[in-house]
Amino acid sequence: MTVISYRQALHDTLRAELLRDENVFLIGEEIGVFEGSYKITAGLLAEFGPRRVRDTPICEEGFTGVAIGAAMMGLRPVVEIMTINFSLLAIDQIVNNAAKLRSLSGGQLSVPMVIRTPGGGGQQLSATHSQNLEVFYAHVPGLKVLAPATCADAKGLLAAAIRDDDPVIVLENLALYNTKGEVPDGEHVAEIGRAAVLKPGRDITVVGYSRAAVIALDVARRLEDDAISAEVIDLRSLRPLDRETVCASVRKTSRAVVVEDDWLSYGTGAEIAATIAEGAFDYLDAPVRRVAAAEVPLPYAKPLELAALPDAGAITRVIRQTLEGN
Amino acid sequence: MAVKDAGRAARPGERAPASRAPASRAPAREPERPERRADPAELIQLLTPEGERVEHPDYPLEISAAEVKALYRDLVIVRRIDFEAIALQRQGELGIWASLLGQEAAQVGSGRALGPRDMAFPTYREHGVAWCRGLDPVKLLELFRGVSHGGWDPTEHNFHLYTIVIGSQTLHATGYAMGIQRDGAVGDDGEAVIAYFGDGATSQGDVNEAFIWASVNNAPIVFFCQNNQWAISEPLERQTRTPLFQRANGFGFPGVRVDGNDVLACLAVTRKAMQAAREGQGPTLIEAFTYRMGAHTTTDDPTRYRLSAELESWKLKDPIERVKQYLIRTEQAEMTFFDEVEAEAAAVGSRVRAACLQMPDPPPTSMFDDVLTTQTTQLATERAGFAAYLDSFAAQEPVLAEEGR
Repeated sequence: MTVISYRQALHDTLRAELLRDENVFLIGEEIGVFEGSYKITAGLLAEFGPRRVRDTPICEEGFTGVAIGAAMMGLRPVVEIMTINFSLLAIDQIVNNAAKLRSLSGGQLSVPMVIRTPGGGGQQLSATHSQNLEVFYAHVPGLKVLAPATCADAKGLLAAAIRDDDPVIVLENLALYNTKGEVPDGEHVAEIGRAAVLKPGRDITVVGYSRAAVIALDVARRLEDDAISAEVIDLRSLRPLDRETVCASVRKTSRAVVVEDDWLSYGTGAEIAATIAEGAFDYLDAPVRRVAAAEVPLPYAKPLELAALPDAGAITRVIRQTLEGN
Repeated sequence: MAVKDAGRAARPGERAPASRAPASRAPAREPERPERRADPAELIQLLTPEGERVEHPDYPLEISAAEVKALYRDLVIVRRIDFEAIALQRQGELGIWASLLGQEAAQVGSGRALGPRDMAFPTYREHGVAWCRGLDPVKLLELFRGVSHGGWDPTEHNFHLYTIVIGSQTLHATGYAMGIQRDGAVGDDGEAVIAYFGDGATSQGDVNEAFIWASVNNAPIVFFCQNNQWAISEPLERQTRTPLFQRANGFGFPGVRVDGNDVLACLAVTRKAMQAAREGQGPTLIEAFTYRMGAHTTTDDPTRYRLSAELESWKLKDPIERVKQYLIRTEQAEMTFFDEVEAEAAAVGSRVRAACLQMPDPPPTSMFDDVLTTQTTQLATERAGFAAYLDSFAAQEPVLAEEGR
């Protein structure tokens, strides 16, 4: 184990995969000469050259389509979409091409493509640059959507995504890039579709992913001081979704809170709450509660942005309310 | 091409390639290829970097000393506003700022070519156009400070809201221009639209789709591309293999390249294109060849990806300095004039700065205001809940004080 940043874990994994497999290449805006808007690809153009690390004009639909074509022909493109917000420009290629080519070609084609893209707010980047659009993709059969919360998963899930034969969206998070944590040395490939219990507990299950899972873990640790034993589940994969780990936990704790940085309606929280209703209803002692962002375009003004996003205070409050059964 | 053709025999009935023209026409000429016309002739210029007035047969410009001095005043003031805004961002008073440094002439020249009823669709960098349309620069800062969404009423100055998404506004502008047609406001005493965008946006589908729509509908629109050579770190040669203005040919409307650092040329070229659009002659693409002398935005550091020598060479083509030299060499302005403009620009800067520092934060519940035109139950409930949550802190404050927090 080595302690490195989430950013470094992503960078090192990209580099290792470029070294491991000649068919892997990177493509996206500002990833080469500029070394990435968030510096995940720092030094990779210099090391691997423009054939493996390709800068593009501002044309998400264009370069995503190009990458899908390359993937269909056997390469393994790792696309960087500068933020998930810009993936809207490429959504036709992602949803109508990448996700469907396997089926529409009768199994003749596959699209072993990865789209790395950060989402999330909290950086004062305003409404169009701070969204959590991952549920758009988690809704679509034919795609896989991974969301590493820890540095170890930044490595393990990205490596798994690059080696997977289907199109995979790896959701990064602007607020996590500078977080640090232990990362296994050497080869480390995580299993896709398996949630993780970040902290075991008895009284309540708290479910999150990406930044929300990190905050939930912090809250759960602090609640130990008040003799509240919360179990924290990091989903890690929104599609496929590990429903059983969630339900098994709720069967033990009988109460659940779901935390997401996204808007409430039609979000991951709704999916998890329904999952619990379907899989652990008879075990519940209180309604499943959701903590989510205010349903507004995320404000640019700092105090408003902070007010709109779920924080430790809001999560703590809802956990306590759920334990009180009201 | 010529070499390859020279070795190929013409089949019976086939015309000889141009390169095999009879020797009597020597010297042999390249086949005529319009896209390969000499570069210097392509750049329309009325004022050289040295401040020398030159004429162009297609763009005669009658302009008085007072008008040139007014343009000079615009240029100096918008540069000062820009300077002030960068400083405010660096001091933490603005979230971000997109500098127009180096592009003042393109913006002021085109902005002053517009009539009051023409509509302008800006990107997020058109502070100079905003100034020309009569928008108080304080409004721009409200936007970048985050105390206002939108910032201004687009109909008040016929200046649309800033568009953050690259290229989107070209389609909006084209739709607006088609609306003018629908209103029958094309022809004598007509109106037209100008859509601003940068070289970076020309790679976007939206811009190309806007060209198509404008062309096939013969919409009254001028596409004004400020080619500042860089899309953040992506240089022009990585964005296009064709001079940008020539792309218009493929879409079926005229394109011109103007010296974007020459305010007189930008004024004359934009006036002519706008007039053509108003009269129903359809769109024009103007490529204002300029240079982004600063960073893409305050989050960017261009020293990481471009050579300082490039910036130094463009400093010699500064859009403001050449106007000053022209006014001095033609004795149209006294030195006191330049001092007065400096003083006025400084006063505008001070006013903008003071106003920025006094902008109040918006109330937290205001974020629920404009989600929909009508309040839904969900929004109202969420708003009320959030307000109650905020009020709960007010009630707790005395308790916190007692605990010595």
